[in-house]
Amino acid sequence: MVGREVIGAHYGWRGWLMQRVTAVVMLVYTLLLLATILKLPALDYEHWKALWERPLMRYATVLFVLSLLLHAWVGVRNIFMDYIQSTGLRLVLYVLVILALVAYGVWAVQILWGA
Amino acid sequence: MRFSIYRYNPDVDAKPRMQDYDIPLEPTDRMLLDALVRIKEHDDTFSFRRSCREGVCGSDAMNVNGKNRLACITKITEIKEPIVIRPLPGLPIIRDLIVDMSQFFKQYHSIEPYVKNETPPPERERLQSPEDRDELNGLYECILCACCSTACPSFWWNPDKFVGPAGLLWAYRFIADTRDLATNDRLDNLEDPYRLFRCHSIMNCADVCPKGLNPTAAINKIRDLMVKRAL
Repeated sequence: MVGREVIGAHYGWRGWLMQRVTAVVMLVYTLLLLATILKLPALDYEHWKALWERPLMRYATVLFVLSLLLHAWVGVRNIFMDYIQSTGLRLVLYVLVILALVAYGVWAVQILWGA
Repeated sequence: MRFSIYRYNPDVDAKPRMQDYDIPLEPTDRMLLDALVRIKEHDDTFSFRRSCREGVCGSDAMNVNGKNRLACITKITEIKEPIVIRPLPGLPIIRDLIVDMSQFFKQYHSIEPYVKNETPPPERERLQSPEDRDELNGLYECILCACCSTACPSFWWNPDKFVGPAGLLWAYRFIADTRDLATNDRLDNLEDPYRLFRCHSIMNCADVCPKGLNPTAAINKIRDLMVKRAL
C-alpha cells in the first residue's frame, strides 16, 4: 500500500449531533429521577424496590442507559482520534470499547429486570 | 527591560535554550516588536519574522508569556516582566522564533480559498447587496498569522488531518459569500471526523485571535449547515 495521506471519510455530523441529543436525554432523566426519589415517602428497601418495579421507570432507565452508551461511544472515540496516532491500535481500542459498552448495556437490562 | 527568549539554531545547537536579555529601551519603543528590534541591535544572531509592523501581515506571531499574539500590536506596558517569548507552539522550528508554517498553509489551501463561480462573469463585477456583504464581516479580516491554529490542542495532535481554526474560518468565509456557488462541495470537503469534527469548541482560537475574530463561531455555523443539509 502506498504511504498516501488519506482524508475525507464523509461522516461526522451524526456523532456530533448524537452527543448533544443524548446529553439532553441524560439531563432530563437525571432531573426526573432526582425528583422521583425526593418524592418517595421514605427511602427504604420497600419503596426503592417498588419504584424499580414500575415499567415506566425501567423503560426510562433503558433509554437513559442507551443514551449513556451512545454518548460514551462518541466521546471515547473522539479521545482515541485525538491521541492515538496508530490506525491499527485505534481499531483494536474501538472494538474493545464497543464490546465493553454492549456488555454494560446487557448487564444494565439484566439488573433492571432481574430483581 | 528583562526578557527570556527561546533560542535555537539547529545548525549549531544540540537543543533549544532560553536566553535572558536585560535591554534598556528607548522612549520611542512602544510595542513588543520595537523591543525585539532593540534586542537584535545588541545580539544580531537573534532571529524572528516581521514585515508590516502594524498587525496586517501576520508575520510576527509568537508566544508571549504563554499566549500567542502579534508582537507589533502588543503594547510593552501591557505585559509583565520578565517577558518570556517562545515560538508559536506545535510547529517545527527553523530558527529561534521562526517556525515552519508549511502544514498550516497546506490546511489553508485544502479548503480552496477562492470564490468558485462558473457562471459567465458580468461586464464589470459580481455585486452583492450590503446585507450579503455584511455576512463576511468577522471572517475576511483574518491575516493567517496562525495564532489560533497553534493555540488549538486538536491542531497540535492532528495537524495533518484537522484543518484548524484558521482554515475553517476561511472555509466559512467562502461558504458565507453569496458570489461563491460551491457551498455543497465545500461542505462535502469538510464532512469528516478529522477535518472538521476534531474541533471540541474549547475556544482557545477566539481567545488568542489578535484581530478579535471568532473561529469557533464560524465552525459552529459550518456544523449547523451540515446538519441542516442532512436532516
